[in-house]
Amino acid sequence: MTQLALVIDLNVCVGCHACVTNCKEWNTSGPAGPMVDQNPYDKDPTGTFFNRVQTFEVGEFPNTETVHFPKSCLHCEEPPCVPVCPTGASYKRKEDGIVLVDYDKCIGCKYCSWACPYGAREIDEHQRVMKKCTLCVDRIYDTTMTADERRPACVRACPTSARLFGDIHDPDSEVSKAIRENGGYALMPEWGTQPANHYLPRRKTNIRIREDELERADNPLKIDSQLPKPGKAEPSLDDVTSW
Amino acid sequence: MHPAFSVVFLTTLIGAGQGLFLALFTVESYAAFGLLPAQADSFYAIGSAIATILLVLGLFASFFHLGHPERAWRAAAKWRTSWLSREVIALPAFMGTVFLYGVAHWFGINPVLAELPSGAPVNITAVLGTLGTVLAFALYICTAMIYACLRFLREWHTPLTVINYILLGGASGFTLAAALAATEAPDVMPLLASWALIITVLGLIGRAATLIRNARLKPKSTLQTAIGIKHPKIVQKAMGMMGGAFNTREFFHGQSAALLRSLKWVFLLTAFVIPIGLLSLGLSLAAGGTLLLAFVVQYLGLLAERWFFFAQANHPQNLYYQSVA
Ligand code: SF4
Ligand code: SF4
Repeated sequence: MTQLALVIDLNVCVGCHACVTNCKEWNTSGPAGPMVDQNPYDKDPTGTFFNRVQTFEVGEFPNTETVHFPKSCLHCEEPPCVPVCPTGASYKRKEDGIVLVDYDKCIGCKYCSWACPYGAREIDEHQRVMKKCTLCVDRIYDTTMTADERRPACVRACPTSARLFGDIHDPDSEVSKAIRENGGYALMPEWGTQPANHYLPRRKTNIRIREDELERADNPLKIDSQLPKPGKAEPSLDDVTSW
Repeated sequence: MHPAFSVVFLTTLIGAGQGLFLALFTVESYAAFGLLPAQADSFYAIGSAIATILLVLGLFASFFHLGHPERAWRAAAKWRTSWLSREVIALPAFMGTVFLYGVAHWFGINPVLAELPSGAPVNITAVLGTLGTVLAFALYICTAMIYACLRFLREWHTPLTVINYILLGGASGFTLAAALAATEAPDVMPLLASWALIITVLGLIGRAATLIRNARLKPKSTLQTAIGIKHPKIVQKAMGMMGGAFNTREFFHGQSAALLRSLKWVFLLTAFVIPIGLLSLGLSLAAGGTLLLAFVVQYLGLLAERWFFFAQANHPQNLYYQSVA
């Protein structure tokens, strides 16, 4: 079975909100109708977004780290938001595991948003139906686009490649490898919702330099230099030019 | 959570309507077994009419909660999984039964359908009344389970929620029935007022137990599990928007903690303590006006109680929405 998901690398995210912007742009222009904002150019602008980038400060001054944290629907494998929906408007697709809302069936009772512990659902005050991330279901299967374009808008927008997209049930996919090799984790595991989206933790970037990397191992006798041969400690051509 | 007035009115109005109907059928059952003198049909008919009005008003209030009320019929679809869907089915079924029960009494259409071995007659109103009783309890359970089934809302996720919905709805319904009986069926007034007193006291015990339980709850989700960073000191600096969002409006009551604390005492007094006093007074003086006052005070108290019930629930999504920037 397929379970499409995003993997978000907190080690790389710079908090630029490009994913938020591109998400809104794509999804407000789609066949599902606009995502209307209230007071967009006024005091207290507000509106519906599928994706938000939040910022947290971890630690105490001066030992602090700023963590930018993109958050959207996690397409849980055990989505608590789905069974509570009285109309069946909220559903999880069997074929790819995407959790969707049928805007034509939704009665806007907001019950599903109460049942999501992550606050991933937002009501559209204009259309008065519940909205949430669709994993760009209207992009990723659109065969009129090139393979590169058939990825969620947020993934394509990210300038640092902090967002990966793929099938987490396929052990050889890019996302499965990223989760496996970088300690990917799920949010609020205590509720057993089994989010499909995963996050990669902040990692310390260490540079390890070995002795033989300081002294050129492939040219130990400096045979490319002019005669008379300089001493081994003298700089060689490699050290002063960059070819 | 942000208490929506539509839901506050829905749950309190139908709760009282259900309680009133249960009170009527209690009287009829006592009478059927000869424990009480038979009452005039008009008592049941007027009582059912009032119960129906309360239920209709509740249903009307609930429509204000929906973004698309014209699609409300769709909500009956997922009764297998959704308590909200089950409520949407139970409410009209109960309403219809109460209406038919009232009609049967008003027009005196009450043929005997069968006889119990003891010789007690089983007539149409007994069948409708039994069905209505089952539906009334089913509706209480559905309404309460809508909240009690949400496991992240730990203030609600307890059997006490179901018990309280039954007791508080029952208390207000029986109080109203006692006030009605004072004019329409004076000889059953003491029975109804006594039951109202007992249920109100039980309601106070149930509600107090919930308050004590909730005061000792420790949150299961923390900022650490919410963003998955194991560090004791994490502060949110920005939540991704400055003008607020659905997430900042729907999940917080927007009032001060002091107001919440004082409202707790207000509803403990008005929903329980004062009605207990008024019910005892009305019972001893056989004063219909006092009993009616008891109902009005108790209903207002239950509005406050319901508001507090919603406001007190702390949704884990609030962990992600703590700092405007
Ligand atoms: S993140 Fe929330 S809305 Fe998305 S599938 Fe999980 S519970 Fe449902
Ligand atoms: S708001 Fe819409 S999608 Fe959510 S539970 Fe209600 S009907 Fe279902």
